[in-house]
Amino acid sequence: QGQVRRPLGPYDTSEAVTPYAQATSYNNFYEFGTDKSDPARLAGSLKVRPWTVKIDGEVRKPQTVDIDTLQSWFPLEDRIYRMRCVEGWSMVMPWLGFPLAALIRRMEPTGKAKYVQFTALNDPKQFPGQRSRVLDWPYVEGLRLDEALHPLAFMAVGLQGRVLPGQNGAPLRLAVPWKYGFKSIKSIVRITLTEKQPKTTWSIAAPDEYGFFANVNPAVPHPRWSQATERRIGELSRRKTLPFNGYAEQVAGLYKGMDLKKFY
Amino acid sequence: MSKPVRQTSVDLAPAPARRSPSSSRTAKPLGWLVPAVTVGGLLPIGVLVWDAYTGALGANPVQRAELQTGLLALALLILSLAATPVRLVTARLGWAGGRGWTWPARIRKSLGLLAFGYAFLHFLIYLFDQGFTLSTVAEDVIKRPFVTAGFTALLLMVPLALTSTPRSVKRLGFARWTRLHQLVYLAVSLGALHYWWGVKKDHTPPLIAALVIAVLFALRLLGRKKTRRSVVSG
Repeated sequence: QGQVRRPLGPYDTSEAVTPYAQATSYNNFYEFGTDKSDPARLAGSLKVRPWTVKIDGEVRKPQTVDIDTLQSWFPLEDRIYRMRCVEGWSMVMPWLGFPLAALIRRMEPTGKAKYVQFTALNDPKQFPGQRSRVLDWPYVEGLRLDEALHPLAFMAVGLQGRVLPGQNGAPLRLAVPWKYGFKSIKSIVRITLTEKQPKTTWSIAAPDEYGFFANVNPAVPHPRWSQATERRIGELSRRKTLPFNGYAEQVAGLYKGMDLKKFY
Repeated sequence: MSKPVRQTSVDLAPAPARRSPSSSRTAKPLGWLVPAVTVGGLLPIGVLVWDAYTGALGANPVQRAELQTGLLALALLILSLAATPVRLVTARLGWAGGRGWTWPARIRKSLGLLAFGYAFLHFLIYLFDQGFTLSTVAEDVIKRPFVTAGFTALLLMVPLALTSTPRSVKRLGFARWTRLHQLVYLAVSLGALHYWWGVKKDHTPPLIAALVIAVLFALRLLGRKKTRRSVVSG
């Protein structure tokens, strides 16, 4: 349990990996339901093939591409990332995928592109949770272009050496480990480069609780709970939450001069 | 003038000091009721411990146990508050010889004490979750309305649990005891608010709890008015 034999890369954490059974049974994926056990129970209704991803907006090569073709464009890499949920728990997830920057560069952003907007699948037949309007569907997330081009920003298609399970966001999801988990949108069907900052789902649902940036920050409490500590799944006591989820060295520079209390 | 007061007081407690034919003699046929409620009410603790032992509490057992004990506390507190409305409604329906069901009042104390027990357990799990770091807990209680509401509800239940014996009723006097125990209305309301604020997005379950509480309050108020009027006119 928790041992990975390959040598660790520059972006990998050496912390114990969250057991597969727990990483795939305790999920926030409201498209399936608000309970953390809903996604694993209902993921069978999600059809991940055929699957296409539409890439549009401020790019020179807008296109709709099949997921298998898209995947074949890049050599797949392993990344062992920490994942910190805004609710105060965390996991260590060995993703398989490719850097988001590689995909964006391939689409050739125009000079106007400032942000990247991601849209998840909107289909109540496959996502029973979408029959209730707990959130504005489809789920939308976004990154600033420089964040999206950061080598840590990752597109995952696999988990722990296996094809990404439905409950973890198959067939294609984002993994931005220095931000709270809700930023890492699952089951992506569209990637749009935009001039304006996208309106993201959770910042629409509760703007005072979830901001656009949502960088992991122990110094900025959620209105209803502290963010100073977290429970690593599998552990009984809490540990201290680190600024940018421990990736400050790599990403703090992206936010130079910004008031992170204001832009939470 | 003393009559209507006596009538209302029966609503609020099954007159532990008084020996009426309904409370003393019918105690025998339903003698199993209180033990059954006590055992049944404590059963979830066993299930919780078993689930924790077998790993059935899932990936985040502390959070699950916290949620379950909180839900049990609120549900049991709401049940304890249903005794009077149930009697009033069944009386209006002319059941149990027109007096309505009185048996729920006899398990009310057990339900209330169980509710307090689960609320306390809920608080202990929260303390454990915070690693018993009192500074963090104090900050939560003071700064976060969500925690303030839950903590206040628990505090309000302490004097009620401490004065739950017939002896306390005698010592305080029935009127004062009754007034003290009206704190339960505030406690259950704060409990529901705490639940509402604790939910991230789907407010349906706390909304159901709040609606049930509202209906129970309304029945109580309506029933009380009816009782007064009928006593005055009769």
